[in-house]
Amino acid sequence: MADFLIFTAGLPEWLAWSVTAGVAAFLVLNVIAGGALVFIWAERKIAARIQDRLGPTRTGGRFGWLQSLADGIKLLAKEDLMPAGADGMLFKLAPYVSFCASFCAFIALPFAFDFVGQRLNVGVFFVVAVLGLEVFGVILAGYASASKWSLFGAMREAAQVVSYEVPLGMCVVVPVMLAGSMDLVTIAEKQSGWLTNWYLFHDPFTFVIFWVYVTCAVASVNRAPFDLAEAESELVAGFHTEYSGLRWSFFFMAEYGSMFLVSALAAILFLGGWNGPIPLAALLGFSAGTGDTANYWVRLVGCGNLMGKATLGVLVMMWVRWTLPRLRIDQVMTTCLKYCTPIAALMFAGVMFWQLLLPGGLIRGLARPAGEIREGWLEGPGGRAATLRPLPLAAPAAPAPTPAQPLVSKPSLSWVQP
Amino acid sequence: MRGPAFLEKIEAAFPGAVAGTHLEAIDPWVEVTAEKLLPVCRWLKESSDSRFDSLECITAVDWLEPDPKKAAKVTWQPHTEIVYHLWSTVSRVSLVLKVKLPRWKDDLPGSLPAVASVAGVWRTADWHEREVYDLSGIEFTGHPDLRRILCPEDWEGFPLRKDYQMPLEYHGIRAK
Amino acid sequence: MASLTNDDPRIIEFDVRTDEMLVNMGPQHPSTHGVLRLVLRTDGEVVSELEPHIGYLHRCAEKIGENLTARQWIPYTDRMDYLAAMNMNLGWALVVEKLMRHEVSEKARHLRVLIAELGRISSHLVGMGAYGLDLGTFSPFLYAFREREKILDLFEETCGARLTYSYITVGGLTADLPPGWLEKCEAFLDQFEPVIQEYHTLLTTNAIFVKRTAAIGVLSPEMAIDYGCSGPVLRGSGVDQDLRRDGESIYTSMYDGYAFEVAVQKDGRYPRDHIYPAVPTEAVLGDCWHRFFVRMLEVVQSMDLVRQAIDRYSACKGSIGEPLKLMEKIPVGDAYLETECPKGQMGFYLVGDGSPIPWRVRARSSSFSNLSVVHELCRGCLIADVPAIVGSLDIVMGEIDR
Repeated sequence: MADFLIFTAGLPEWLAWSVTAGVAAFLVLNVIAGGALVFIWAERKIAARIQDRLGPTRTGGRFGWLQSLADGIKLLAKEDLMPAGADGMLFKLAPYVSFCASFCAFIALPFAFDFVGQRLNVGVFFVVAVLGLEVFGVILAGYASASKWSLFGAMREAAQVVSYEVPLGMCVVVPVMLAGSMDLVTIAEKQSGWLTNWYLFHDPFTFVIFWVYVTCAVASVNRAPFDLAEAESELVAGFHTEYSGLRWSFFFMAEYGSMFLVSALAAILFLGGWNGPIPLAALLGFSAGTGDTANYWVRLVGCGNLMGKATLGVLVMMWVRWTLPRLRIDQVMTTCLKYCTPIAALMFAGVMFWQLLLPGGLIRGLARPAGEIREGWLEGPGGRAATLRPLPLAAPAAPAPTPAQPLVSKPSLSWVQP
Repeated sequence: MRGPAFLEKIEAAFPGAVAGTHLEAIDPWVEVTAEKLLPVCRWLKESSDSRFDSLECITAVDWLEPDPKKAAKVTWQPHTEIVYHLWSTVSRVSLVLKVKLPRWKDDLPGSLPAVASVAGVWRTADWHEREVYDLSGIEFTGHPDLRRILCPEDWEGFPLRKDYQMPLEYHGIRAK
Repeated sequence: MASLTNDDPRIIEFDVRTDEMLVNMGPQHPSTHGVLRLVLRTDGEVVSELEPHIGYLHRCAEKIGENLTARQWIPYTDRMDYLAAMNMNLGWALVVEKLMRHEVSEKARHLRVLIAELGRISSHLVGMGAYGLDLGTFSPFLYAFREREKILDLFEETCGARLTYSYITVGGLTADLPPGWLEKCEAFLDQFEPVIQEYHTLLTTNAIFVKRTAAIGVLSPEMAIDYGCSGPVLRGSGVDQDLRRDGESIYTSMYDGYAFEVAVQKDGRYPRDHIYPAVPTEAVLGDCWHRFFVRMLEVVQSMDLVRQAIDRYSACKGSIGEPLKLMEKIPVGDAYLETECPKGQMGFYLVGDGSPIPWRVRARSSSFSNLSVVHELCRGCLIADVPAIVGSLDIVMGEIDR
């Protein structure tokens, strides 16, 4: 888009970049906010159906589809309370920290090929790291509330974060290793083609590690059975006990944003990203990667694909939440540190050896003549040339440097340059 | 078990402990003197054949007729009665003990009558004695933690006494 | 300079010292089952001491009873254990009948069994659902309420009330069953039976549920008896006592001819009269899991009793008889009777002075004694275990505070 503004519309460079950033931020913010509204409504309906209830039925005519909006208006109108003993600045800051962390992570999350706020060559790293910042909001909220229950929630969150981040990191590293890149777009593109190319079906180890990832991801977004930081039957409402109105709803939005984010990340890392189970576009002769405007539709479908997968992930999280009891904090730590971490480590090693012996996945690997295996060894997955090539930022993934290259290498986030 | 033979055993173990009996009542009861209550209870729990290992309930009954017209007709003297309902989970029999106390210690209104606490024998008695103290105003000597349990700690008076007068207000809340 | 020894007071200054914290759990807290206040002394997540404070729902029921006739007090018994009001009515009605040496008709007897056991099912359903809620799972709660609702519908048809029935009264019941009620009740039982398996799947055998309840809050049988625990709490510790079988004759005669086995683990086994899951290996007798499981078994047992009662009741001819008059005089004397209520042994003590108004009434609450053991169970547990333990005792504050 920046290219378009600079070359076609003739805007100055700084303005073009600002406009692009603004549009991207606007889109992402609306994806989170709109997504949160939809997911809150979906959660209510799904919870209700699971529990033999109807859920909201009247707001907005049918199915209560405007319920979240009504809730939002109610929250806006609520009195904004702050406990007398609270640390005012931190108390007010905390929801924004949570929300911003959740929001920032979306910047690097590609929704389809080239549909990304800012394509980073360390996308995985960025997303996981920024998502981890959300914890600070929770801990700040718990600490600043001057409530013992909130403090318990915060301390639990702190204990939980150290236990799930380790296996989560290990799970995330596996697709990175398979793709030979930390760029989310590259990782997803590597899985294009048939269903069997998804990293989930790459080999038995990745299949296992996907479930480890799911467990840790649920823990990382504080959803049942890992919702210990809020644990309504134990800690009243945990870290957000003292919050009300809009501040509280920011936590809520952050939670739903993060849920969507980890689900989308799972889709990109393991479930083929925006590639459908059947490479329909490729079969029909389109290619998402050529930058052709006609192929924009392919990307839109891909975007829908990813959204669908991520939504499915969120729905599964809801399903789990309304089915299972909550674990205890020591059991969460046991699960994450004693089970998930060793499993993830073992699987990591397994994937590594598999990659050496049968690169390119189970089916393709086995189908290969034995002589080729050695070549794969030397060359690495996807060929050495691919990994060494400098990756352009926020530009169509043109294999060769384009005239726009000098411009593109001047983004504000210069520290992520290779 | 609740026949005369049982009474004889108590009498033999603790001479003078049994102050009266009523064996033909619906729930036959044994009246024990206040001084001998604790050893009798300990014996009932640990040594008697039926092993009354469970204390079900402690009740204080305030025998006072506040209405002077009716009071002229009653046959009994004003007193307080503490009723202990025991149960044996081993032999599945029950026993009722009663202890008679004056309504006020030394007939000085305001000084609570005292009886030994059986909280050391059955731990159920801990809360039950607190409740009796709270509502009926009986002092249980030797109780580990005798304070009000149902009423607020600064409540005045003992509501289950027959001459109890509801206070007009409690911390500015109209009560009557 | 002399070297430092371990008992040198200066050493402590170098230690990392953590402070204990006092936390009020309740009286407004989601999982204290009403207005119970637990003061926790915690060291981090570990509870080193717990003290329950009760009395927030004290309504002077006993004092009120000294100003009403025996039948007038029945609505007040409803409001004690409001989740099993039928059983409360029954306990009070029986103790008044015991003092008056009154016997109800055969038909009324079977109807009382029928109603009381239905009340037990509905109470255990709430106990089970709320326990799931304490452990953080919401759905079983609503599944339990869905079924309870059907029982309440049945109750509503008998007496018009859904929560505080005053149906069982001194000398019988306020009304006979409406026509067609028995068929509805049977239909409910048939429909309810397979649902219990759902509960077992969602809770009893759920891996997380077992992890949260097995070997938590272990109550030894000696301690249970010492603290006067009763009902499923006592039987969960392996004490074989059920007043429906072991109680006083005026109460046990109600269950004469009924076949049921007390739900208690004997020789490492629960009575196997219905299909139910095996005891998980990590569960210890007397822990939260066993208390919960005993309730689940009693639901099945009560269903069985209801079926038997339906048969016997429909075989009885004639009317259920008239309840005693409102101003019926209570003889001089006293009577105490405990009945097996869903929460435990609920005792009523009645002192009569010859007038229709009792001289003294006393309610011995089962939850009161069951709760008094909670500080022993919670010593050294984690904060998350406190709701698990309190929930497994299945207390109702209305009954504790009276």
